[in-house]
Amino acid sequence: MKLKTKSVILGFAAASLLATAATAQQRVLKYNADYDPIPLKAMEELIADFEAANPDIDVQLTNFDHEGYKTAIRNFLTADAPDLANWYAGNRMAPFVNAGQFMDVSDVWEDNGLKDSLGSALASMTIDGKQWGIPYTYYQWGIYYNRDAYEAAGVELPGDDGVSWDQFVENCEKFKAAGIDCLTTGTKALWPGAGIFDYMNLRTNGYEFHMDLTAGKVEWTDDRVKATFAEWAKIQPYITANHAAIDWQDAAALLVQGKAAHYVMGNFAVGVFKQGGMTDENLGFMVFPEITAGIPRAEEAPTDTIHIPAGASNVDDAKKFLAFLASAEAQTKWNAAQGQLPINKNANVNEDDPFLVAGFEMLSTAEGGIAQFFDRDAPAEMAKVGMEGFQQFMVQPDQLDNILERLEKARQRIYK
Amino acid sequence: MSGSATAVMPVVSAPRTSYWKRNQRKLAPWLFLAPGLLMFLIYVIWPIGNSIWLSFFDWDGLGEKTWLGLDNYAELMDDENFYISLKNNVIWLVLFMLAVPAGLFIAIFLNQTVTGIRIYKSLFFFPFVISQVVVGLIFSWFYAPNFGLLFKLIEWVTGTGIAFLADPDYVTYALVAAGLWPQIAYCMILYLTGLNNISPDQIEAARLDNASGWRMLWYVIIPQLRPATFIAIVVTVIGALRSFDIVSIMTDGGPFGSSRVLSFYMYEQALSEYGYRMGYGAAIAVVLFLIMMIFITGFIWKMVNDERSGG
Repeated sequence: MKLKTKSVILGFAAASLLATAATAQQRVLKYNADYDPIPLKAMEELIADFEAANPDIDVQLTNFDHEGYKTAIRNFLTADAPDLANWYAGNRMAPFVNAGQFMDVSDVWEDNGLKDSLGSALASMTIDGKQWGIPYTYYQWGIYYNRDAYEAAGVELPGDDGVSWDQFVENCEKFKAAGIDCLTTGTKALWPGAGIFDYMNLRTNGYEFHMDLTAGKVEWTDDRVKATFAEWAKIQPYITANHAAIDWQDAAALLVQGKAAHYVMGNFAVGVFKQGGMTDENLGFMVFPEITAGIPRAEEAPTDTIHIPAGASNVDDAKKFLAFLASAEAQTKWNAAQGQLPINKNANVNEDDPFLVAGFEMLSTAEGGIAQFFDRDAPAEMAKVGMEGFQQFMVQPDQLDNILERLEKARQRIYK
Repeated sequence: MSGSATAVMPVVSAPRTSYWKRNQRKLAPWLFLAPGLLMFLIYVIWPIGNSIWLSFFDWDGLGEKTWLGLDNYAELMDDENFYISLKNNVIWLVLFMLAVPAGLFIAIFLNQTVTGIRIYKSLFFFPFVISQVVVGLIFSWFYAPNFGLLFKLIEWVTGTGIAFLADPDYVTYALVAAGLWPQIAYCMILYLTGLNNISPDQIEAARLDNASGWRMLWYVIIPQLRPATFIAIVVTVIGALRSFDIVSIMTDGGPFGSSRVLSFYMYEQALSEYGYRMGYGAAIAVVLFLIMMIFITGFIWKMVNDERSGG
């Protein structure tokens, strides 16, 4: 390091000597991320805090387009590795962990007591008994509903504990009679349908079974899987008919306009509902109804994470940054700006946002476990085949046997 | 042919001239071709060989490649999605051919001297000028459930709207219809230029022989449009086989993969978010390449033949 500084100083003119010396004292920490504008601003503020506390570190954030990042990360991890990179928890990080592209950061977890404070995400960050990154945010999934649609169809509003499954199905008939789609979704991009499947399966068979299924340990033709689809078939006729041709935002419009009553979605959709004119008055949130009685309630909360690539050059400072990002203060600040939930159990959520409060309450009492989402729990190829199957089931429920056979064939090929 | 005689001359008169001087005539064409050939080798031949080689491996783009031999192809033969894509490619090929007669019809219709005909011609040509992505977007709004024009129209007439892009039975036809719009314009412009070159004497002669209407079209006009027809068929076949952008923009291969074509399936397997099976994608690419080769060889064979008989 000192040698380098010397040659730099020698190499440059005297006029730039002061400036060069100043930057040379700072150690550069390169960070590649894929933030949208609001979270980007929040992260930049966090970085400013971090730099203020560590004046000798200069964090250089390179922000990518969200979709482009998924391709770019495969190139830059091998070709030009930064010191920090955004990614996702669960099986989504497995290809990089298995290819030796992410660094083991178990020591950061040990040294900072994160196994306790970030306990809810420990399982989804662990592969082979080691931790491979730091989770900093997640958001809940659940059922968002339009109270005005309930009124229009003359259906009694769900209570604080939501409704029972039988009641939900019964309500669906009433919505149908009133010409309202009981459940809406837009599966053009496939993933919204997986949210419905995840909840159907978590409620019918529980967390352990769902994890075994996404990990390829259970056959898709298993009777328990068929039981899940049998329950799903009960509400299938009440799902928006042309969901395969519309995006999730189009379906959100249906909910806003009162043409649909419920929407199984992630909390990020609240912003879209409110832009469409809904308020805390007519937008409701409830936990997905219990189907099989007595199963510990599991929830869905996709987690975003930061990792150290194996090719990182400034590992010490990268670990320092991870520890900072794991702290309650940093997570409170970032998630307040983004409207999501912090992982750190000592962090605070915005008490004025009923959806965040409900989500925090729901997740912190989910004794069954927290799933990541189908396309993060299952390997990418299986996710694709599976989500196509779910979409087809919602259009052609009579094709169920074909669909399950196809998924089973894919399972045998993918999990070797 | 007379060139070789003059090239030999200096060799006889001055036996010590350089190699370059002696072979100038033979080497010059290769030198002129060299930049093009080099590019062709690097950017066409080498990638083709490379993807054929890749199709024998299992590779996720990151880790180690594992040799599979012909396993990728064996899996392809047993892959339902592959056959759906293949079937859709055939639908595209067959229905896309409608662009040729439709283009001819519009060209003949527009080939008249009325005030403002240039404006009509440009309006008809317009869809070819805009990007395929925009065409895809326009048509997906046209078909869109709840607010699409066609959806509303069908709803108004029959009582229930049809969401073409959500229906596995209709979706490919709906996509071909979108693809045909710019393709017809393309064929039309080819025929319009062809019609300009039709010899008036022959039409005059046919008139004197009492030909008119369909007989005139079939026996006098169309034979003279043969070069335009040939090009129109070539561009339409190629357009049908590389129908990637419309599929990607309008349906992303959905619903549940029923509107995939081979080129899109290859992209999905090799490069999309849930893909990264480079070897399998390469195997699909090889199959698509072989299908294209059938047509390309046919076209080249015909062109060479025409040149021989013509020259």
